[in-house]
Parts: sequence; C-alpha cells; structure tokens
Amino acid sequence: MDKIEQAVLELREMDELAAMRSPIHSLHPLTKLFTTIVYIFLTVSFYKYDLSGLIIMVLYPVLLFSISGVSVKTCFYKLRIVLPLVCAVGLFNPLFDRAPLLSLGGLAVSGGVVSMITLMLKGIFCLMASFLLVATTTIDAICAALRKVHVPAMIVTLLLLTYRYITVLMDEVAVMTTAYKLRAPGQKGVHYKAWGSFLGQLLLRSMDRAEELYASMLLRGFRGEFHYAEGKRADARDYVTALLVPAVLLFFRCYNVAMLFGGIAMGV
Amino acid sequence: MICFEHVSFGYEKGKPVLEDLNFILQDGESVGLIGANGAGKSTFMKVLLGLLPHEGTILVDEYEVNTKNLKEIRRKLGFVLQNSDNQMFMPTVYEDIAFAPLNYGMTKQEAEEAADTALEKLGITALKHRHNHKISGGEKRMAAIATVLAMNPDVLLMDEPTSALDPYNRRIIINTISSLEKTKIITSHDLDMIMDTCQRVILLSKGKIAADGPARDILSNRELLEANRMELPLRLQGI
Ligand SMILES: Nc1ncnc2c1ncn2[C@@H]1O[C@H](COP(=O)(O)OP(=O)(O)OP(=O)(O)O)[C@@H](O)[C@H]1O
Ligand SMILES: [Mg+2]
Repeated sequence: MDKIEQAVLELREMDELAAMRSPIHSLHPLTKLFTTIVYIFLTVSFYKYDLSGLIIMVLYPVLLFSISGVSVKTCFYKLRIVLPLVCAVGLFNPLFDRAPLLSLGGLAVSGGVVSMITLMLKGIFCLMASFLLVATTTIDAICAALRKVHVPAMIVTLLLLTYRYITVLMDEVAVMTTAYKLRAPGQKGVHYKAWGSFLGQLLLRSMDRAEELYASMLLRGFRGEFHYAEGKRADARDYVTALLVPAVLLFFRCYNVAMLFGGIAMGV
Repeated sequence: MICFEHVSFGYEKGKPVLEDLNFILQDGESVGLIGANGAGKSTFMKVLLGLLPHEGTILVDEYEVNTKNLKEIRRKLGFVLQNSDNQMFMPTVYEDIAFAPLNYGMTKQEAEEAADTALEKLGITALKHRHNHKISGGEKRMAAIATVLAMNPDVLLMDEPTSALDPYNRRIIINTISSLEKTKIITSHDLDMIMDTCQRVILLSKGKIAADGPARDILSNRELLEANRMELPLRLQGI
C-alpha cells in the first residue's frame, strides 16, 4: 500500500478505536475532556528539574491504556511522527545548563540533562493523554461536549470540519498520486515540474469534496448543534470520575509521591 | 408542490448552466430528469436545494427557496448525491443513517427504528455496523439511499441512484422508489429505470427544457433522444 493510503487508513482507524467498548469509552465525553485538560495542565506545570515528582504522572496513561483496551503499541505507532519532534524540543538543554544538579553513584548529572528528560517526559505524557482522549471518544462526541460547555457553535463546527477535511484531503492525495504513478512508471514521487498543478488540483478537488460533505450535513438537518452525538446523560460514575481523578492528579502535583513512598519504605 | 418560474443559474457570469426553467410538479408526481453529460441535471438539484443561488422563483409548497426558508425547505427534501463518498461522513453506516433523524429531534430509540426500517427495506441490514471506508462503492450507494429514506422527506431527489449498482440492487432500488408515495425527481442515464419509476420526463439540453411530457412519449421518441446524445431504453429497442 501507498504511504499516503496507509495514513488515510490510520486516521480512519482512530474512529474504529473510538467505537470500541470499555468503561473508559462509555464515560461521558465531558468527563474525559475535563480530566484530560487537567492532566495536561498539571503535567506541564511541573518544575523543570522536578523529574522525580513528574514520574508518578505516568500512572494516568498506564491506567487508561489498561482499562480501555487501547494498545500502547498502537499509540506509539500512530504517534511515531510527532513523538521525535516533541522529544527534540529539549535536546539543547544539556548544552546550556551544565551545572551539576545531582549525583548518581558518583556520576554528576547536570541540570540540563534533568530538564531535558523532564521536558521529554512531559511531551510524551501529554501526547499519550490526548491520544487516549481521541482514541476513546468520537470527534462528534467531543464536539457535543464542547457545545455543552458553551464553546461557540461556529468554533466547534470549524473543528469538526477541519477534522473531516484532513481525511478528505489525504484521500485525494492518495487518489491523485495513484493516478499519477500509474501514468508515470518508474518515477519516484511526483516530478517537481508537476508540483504546481498537482497542488492546485489537490486544493480544488478536496475543497469541492469538503463543500459537498458539508452540504450533505446541512441537508440532513445539521445546524451547528451536536445533539445527534450526545450520548447518555452524565451519571454518578461520570461525576465521581470528574472529581476524583483531577483530585488525585492534583495531589500528585503538590506532593512528591515517589519521595513520600520512598521515605516511608526507608522508615524515615 | 414544486414550482419553477423563470429560473436561471450560471457558475460564471454570462455562461448560464440553467436557463429560464418553467414547470410545476404536483404532489405525488414522479419525474425523470434526463439529459446528456453536462446538461445541468446535478446543478438543477443543487439549485432546488438552495445550495446554489438562482434568478427567478422556486417554490416548495408555500415556501420560496431563499436563505430565510432553507430550514423548512430542506426538511421537506431528501437528496441522494451523485457521489456517495461525499454523502457519508460518519464513521459507521448506522451512525450516518441515524444522523438526520436525530437532528430532526427523534429520540435514540426512534432513530434506531427508522434506521432499521430503511436498512430492511433496502435489504442491507448486514451493513448496519460496517465502517463507511471499508464498504464497496455499490454498498455505499445503497447506504447513502438509506440515509435519505430514514429521514422520511416529502420529496425525494435522487442524482443517478442506480449508477454503481449491480442488477440485483438496481432492482431493489427501482422497487423501493416505485413503492414510495412521494414526490420524486430522479436523474439518470439509465432510461429503463426512469421508465419503471416515473410517469413524467423532463429532458434538459444545455440548461434548457427541451421536452416535458409523459415518460412513454418522450422515452419512445428516438429522434429526440438521439439528438440529445441518448438512446431508446433497451426494452424499446426491440432487441
Ligand atoms: N463547480 C462548477 N463550476 C463551474 N462549472 C461547473 C461546476 N459544476 C458543474 N459545472 C458545469 O456546469 C454544467 C452542468 O453540470 P452538471 O454537473 O449539472 O451536469 P449533469 O447534467 O449533472 O452531468 P452528468 O450527467 O455528467 O452528471 C457542466 O457544463 C459543467 O461543466
Ligand atoms: Mg450530474
């Protein structure tokens, strides 16, 4: 299969992941949205040298993975393009920040190294949390949740259409590259001389299609509201989760749990 | 009732694609809209749905087609697009079919019933939980028709409903269309299908109405059809 066709398929497979059944999938979208935002906010807010405090935050994605049945492998596979980018962000820290911060078995570790690792972990954790949200909630349900908290219909609709547009765009790229290749055997990729017309065509075609898709939504009663995607009403389980999980996360943020436990274990 | 009075439209200035269309469609009538490629059939549908602007007056029952009345008008009209890829936007067939009923205020349960009825009528219950990007072109067409049947519109607009279908499914669609007592406008190059489903035919030629009359008269008029790049329906060719 073509690289691009593969990508289209992967994007669509997110919908399939979101259609699975598990205690996480059946949570109210607002609950998930809220806890994800709290998680990301708290994770990012850790001090740049606070590696030992940050470590505990890994519990959240780990638990979600195991309860939802979404595989960690799938997650890393789908994020394989973004992950290196996020990790690269902290790459230069060790160069600038050489002051030794702690010593591990006599080996001095500089502040730069610690802050680099902290930054990478923050990035990975946040990506995993966002991935888990998207993998356990359909885009329509997320939009419905956003409307529930009064994000303007215009913005939410834009979000939904952007998401749909990306699929359409990639679909068209796949179709067009296939059509091109079949008539240009032995060529690697699209010849640079054809890039201009290729890109122009691509935009026109995908915009036409996106426009028709949107028309099709309008013709079937879509008016910027997402009632169709609203699941059940929030029940006790959703409220408890929405309170308990952020509370625990906040506790993790404020107290260095790893040290705490370490302290207890050593009898201090 | 649908009424066109001096309706014109062009994508570009000075190049009309629809030119001075006039006709009245009574409730319950079914009309076949035929014409060569590029004659303006799909454009006609989009103008009627208010997806494209127009000059002149279009009435759907008591409502004039304009930006103010779009909501009411679109509730009455159900449109099957020429390209089913653009009709289906939800992850699964079922979600797509339930989309309109839910938007029009049905409960989850009612919407599911409406979806099941539509699926059953078309004999595609097996597709219910399939993913839209993993079904064949013809299956997608059947599902797209189901999405429109489930919203139970007063008027059915279908742009080439039987293209991409195998003979068996084509027959199901013909029978389904015939069994629905609604106003229908159907475009197609499949003139046998038009003959089976429509009493009246409007022939478009370069955006103008070249003929408008009983289906059996127009569809048996060899000269008229051939002048418009069409052939007699197979069953009238006496082969
Ligand atoms: N978006 C557009 N912009 C400009 N011109 C268009 C556009 N869409 C269609 N046309 C032109 O309008 C004319 C009518 O097109 P339309 O799609 O209505 O034809 P049709 O009768 O449905 O043809 P077919 O049988 O091939 O489906 C054609 O000449 C076409 O080139
Ligand atoms: Mg057409």
